[in-house]
Amino acid sequence: MDKSIFLTVLAAGLFSWGGASPVLAQSPRPPGEVRAADFPNDAGDAVRVEWELSPDDQPQPAERLVVAYEILRREAGEEAFTRIGEETYQTRSFKDDGCTPGASYFYQVVALGPDGARSPAAAAGSPVTPVMQYFDFSQFWFGVILLIVGGSVIYFIQLARSGRELKVRPIAGLEAVDEAVGRATEMGRPCLYVPGILDINDMQTLAGVTVLSRVAGLTAEFDARLDVPTCRSLVMTACRETVEAAYLGAGRPDAFNEDSVYYLTDEQFGYVAGVTGKMLRERPAACFYMGAFFAESLILAETGNAVGAIQVAGTAMPSQLPFFVAACDYTLIGEELFAASAYLSGESHQLGSLKGQDVGKVLGGTLVVVGCLLSTAAVLTDAALLNQVLSYLTDHVLGNQGW
Amino acid sequence: MKRTLPLLIAAVTGFVLIGAHFVPYTQSWGEEAMIWFDILAAIAFILGGANLVRLNLQKISDRRAGWGYAAVTVIAFFLTLVVGMAKMGVHPSAQFPQFAWSGDYVQEGSSFWFIYQYAFYPLGATMFALLACFIASAAFRAFRAKNTEAIILLSTAFIVLVGRTYAGTALTGWMPEALQFDNLTGTIMNVFNLAGNRAITIGIGLGVVSLSLKILLGVDRSYLGTEE
Repeated sequence: MDKSIFLTVLAAGLFSWGGASPVLAQSPRPPGEVRAADFPNDAGDAVRVEWELSPDDQPQPAERLVVAYEILRREAGEEAFTRIGEETYQTRSFKDDGCTPGASYFYQVVALGPDGARSPAAAAGSPVTPVMQYFDFSQFWFGVILLIVGGSVIYFIQLARSGRELKVRPIAGLEAVDEAVGRATEMGRPCLYVPGILDINDMQTLAGVTVLSRVAGLTAEFDARLDVPTCRSLVMTACRETVEAAYLGAGRPDAFNEDSVYYLTDEQFGYVAGVTGKMLRERPAACFYMGAFFAESLILAETGNAVGAIQVAGTAMPSQLPFFVAACDYTLIGEELFAASAYLSGESHQLGSLKGQDVGKVLGGTLVVVGCLLSTAAVLTDAALLNQVLSYLTDHVLGNQGW
Repeated sequence: MKRTLPLLIAAVTGFVLIGAHFVPYTQSWGEEAMIWFDILAAIAFILGGANLVRLNLQKISDRRAGWGYAAVTVIAFFLTLVVGMAKMGVHPSAQFPQFAWSGDYVQEGSSFWFIYQYAFYPLGATMFALLACFIASAAFRAFRAKNTEAIILLSTAFIVLVGRTYAGTALTGWMPEALQFDNLTGTIMNVFNLAGNRAITIGIGLGVVSLSLKILLGVDRSYLGTEE
């Protein structure tokens, strides 16, 4: 007899003789009904498996009898089930996203106890065949709103192209750009432009680059010095192109210095250290912060304030706006930054896009007012119809439940 | 051509990404596009690194003001690069023990890890810590009661500041429930602040849609530089 088997039998015998029996792993009871269905609004590569919890899977047990659920799958035509995933206790669903569109699958769920004990498998009643959807209907209302806003933008651009005069309110932060560059020229100190810390694929950085175009045009015109430290290599390249174009546009290509736009580091606080060091050494007279900022916003703006620079900031990061408002002379709040390119270009067709945005605001405002009225009326009257309309508005129109 | 081709690439990629949001079959195309962007960004990093080294070496060579900082930058750059690429102090991985370089370059105890842990991390934390001082100085300026608006701002800030501490609860516990500072703070943050924040967020969303369309349709080309 094998030595280990002999010792096991001997130990079991001793325990039973002493009155204490060894704890044997007890198999938990299997999960309840298992259902498998095609995952909606996908490319036909996923199935959702749902099950009733095993009776042994209690929320707050003295001793946990189920620690996980194992999900097994078999494709039609195959012999054996294979393990495709595991979910922890008190979980009732699993997304199998490794399916082939059109293939049929059978599913089983096994409750796992501690020490590897396994329940008998509970199987889904029928096979499921994932099907590809051509349109994601969960995004239906989002698509409708996008079409209305996008269509309005295009419509007003066309309207402006046809010669219609459009009035746009003055944006103080953008009006101040000329003043700030002029001041720097008079003082004989440089202008510092910080294009945020995200890459060129971020819309805020792109919007900021259009402001840089204006700042660079003015520095070229006034013969002021421009300094553009960047945090990303692609932003450096884009900013260089923009500054060069602005100098060409101002008729001063000879004054363009490629090294005025340079790369520091990708690291957030390394970049801040580099820029603030530069500020303290060279004491720029005008600082522009246009783009995406995080915790560094206040460090930069307060340092600029300490060196006495006139500061114009613009960002679409709501959490950083209060810092810029507190520390800068002018701040472009959210949408004003995105309006900058249209505003600064002065081209009527670009200004048309701002009018298109206004349609979106009217739509948003209408939804807010209707939502508030419905919500108030639903609370006061407790009418089922109002509650249904309200939940359709929040879950379907504004949520992800789609059509 | 220098502007037309990038414009075309931007338009096609942009519209494909919009389509990918609505058409499940094309969802993976969006991920592909992001991988292409990462590849471009990685290549561009060489440009950035080269620019950093060139400008700093020039500064050292010209003995311009602050050239000592430039020397520190260049030394730190090459030191980190060599230590990371040569995987100094890295033990071979358990999977491939026969290959000396098979371990992870950020492995605990490696030279690169040491630089990160004992130089880079504390330096970053130091810069971040400066924020506390700057918040105090900015708050001091912002909350000066110069006019009616500033007085309202100061009062609101005081309520929120005190209301978020135990002192707020203890000091105003005798007041009617609605006026206790912790409840007032909740009302200010969840009603007034949230409403303002949402208005800004809606504006941002619309601005992004508008600017994206202008870029994709080629109406706004200011980011593309010049044809010449």
